[in-house]
Amino acid sequence: MTEKVLMKGNEAFCEAAIRGGCRFYVGYPITPQSEIPEFMSHEMPKRGGTFIQAESELGSINIAYGIGCAGGNVFVSSASPGIALMQEGLSFLCSAEVPVVLLNVSRSGPGIGGIQPAQADYNQVTRGGGNGDYKIPVFAPSTMQEAVNIIYESFETADKLRNPVIILADGMMGQMMEPVTFPEPKQLYKDEADIPNYKPWALTGSKGKSHRNVIKSYRALPEDLEVHVNHLFEKYRKAEKDLVRYETVNTKDAEIVFVAFGTMARIVSEVIEVLNAEGIKAGMIRPITLWPFPKAPFDELSPDKTKVVISTELNMGQMIFDVQLSLNGRIPVRLINRVGGIVPTTDEIVERAKKILGEIK
Amino acid sequence: MAKEKLFFAGSGGQGILLMGKMLSYAAMHEGKEVTFLPSYGAEMRGGTANCTVIISDKPISSPLIQTADALIAMNLPSMTKFENMVEPGKFLFVNSSIIKEKPTRNDIQVVSVDANGLAETLGVPKSANMVMLGAVVRTTKVVKIESIIEAMEKELTGKKAKFLEGNILALNSWNPN
Repeated sequence: MTEKVLMKGNEAFCEAAIRGGCRFYVGYPITPQSEIPEFMSHEMPKRGGTFIQAESELGSINIAYGIGCAGGNVFVSSASPGIALMQEGLSFLCSAEVPVVLLNVSRSGPGIGGIQPAQADYNQVTRGGGNGDYKIPVFAPSTMQEAVNIIYESFETADKLRNPVIILADGMMGQMMEPVTFPEPKQLYKDEADIPNYKPWALTGSKGKSHRNVIKSYRALPEDLEVHVNHLFEKYRKAEKDLVRYETVNTKDAEIVFVAFGTMARIVSEVIEVLNAEGIKAGMIRPITLWPFPKAPFDELSPDKTKVVISTELNMGQMIFDVQLSLNGRIPVRLINRVGGIVPTTDEIVERAKKILGEIK
Repeated sequence: MAKEKLFFAGSGGQGILLMGKMLSYAAMHEGKEVTFLPSYGAEMRGGTANCTVIISDKPISSPLIQTADALIAMNLPSMTKFENMVEPGKFLFVNSSIIKEKPTRNDIQVVSVDANGLAETLGVPKSANMVMLGAVVRTTKVVKIESIIEAMEKELTGKKAKFLEGNILALNSWNPN
């Protein structure tokens, strides 16, 4: 389909997943992403897929674990407190090397919090709440088209890495409409019989052969487990190079460099226009992957030009630690934030940024 | 065309979101950039509803607005709450069938539209929102009225097809005199 269509974010995410090779959807309703299970409930059966409403988010992630083990391409969605319930499952999926695509249409917290947009799940998705050493690639699109393209690719990304992949959106992206173009539908495997060709490791039955596939999380011998964890981190080191994505806007001469992702990056784009019009050179580093966090654009900043780097977040300051690590003290770092589901206006950020610049100078 | 920012507000059930959606579809059919952002929350029929539509020739950065080139107030609380958003010299559309009070601003262009009254006269009382949309499009010229009709024809299909004729009638009913 090359024609532009206007779709609600949550529905566009689903269409992108189906076209990207999603064959199973598992979910449980929660605002602001309930349109996802609604859309999938009528679309998946029509398009040769399977829709499962789980009994809870614990059910969702563990059903997905089972489907993933059997080689099915599976998509799971929820919102912040629901993702919190899935943390154990995510740790198991990483340990067992089972690919799953998980979409978090985030809302505000902590706890049940509120249903308005926030980015307070940054630590949850990049550090994880599960036990043990593991990493999950996290993509944070900022426009509907970017979200569609990323979700479309994410099933292959997860399969190649044999690991879960998370897409972090927010309530605003889920609810808004913006014209998008969808890529052509693709099939990652033709049918059930084709799964062993596409995923030779999957539990598809030994069919009388002596070799059998084993997927497990438990390793009783410390020596075995150490080898396994080192193997996982070899994959992650490669993923750090292969998957990292970011965009920079006017960072070369900028006095102020903002760091923002997702919805906040769109507002910061407008902030930059306003500041530039007032003669203040401002730019932005927009991480598209939150893990791996893009370090390279920070290395390119010069303390001679850039007076301050401002992490702009819808939380109490979570990404700011990655910003500080990346800059390693070379340039002062400050925070501009709102929480609770409040999204700051362009004017508010402009004023706060000018005040910060004045204090630094 | 510069960036046009429209804000539709009223109560749930008045078809606020549909006005915004039809305008957004029309803008897209004209090849323009558009964002449609609805309010969402614990809302229901009779509660408040609003949506922001931005139409531009260039990619739209923020889907949020602080000021509007046009505020469409379908009920009194919406006018009271949001009239300060209207940029000086720009438009406030008032649903005069429901809103009897005058706006406090005198530096903006106020367009009174008897949206419910006209819709009832036409025999399509539920299409007051489309009467208003017609007035907005004819006054601001943000898109062509034909594009709205084209959008309606594409979107009002199946069970909704029976509303097409009445909605087009309503859309064409308002004139400035």
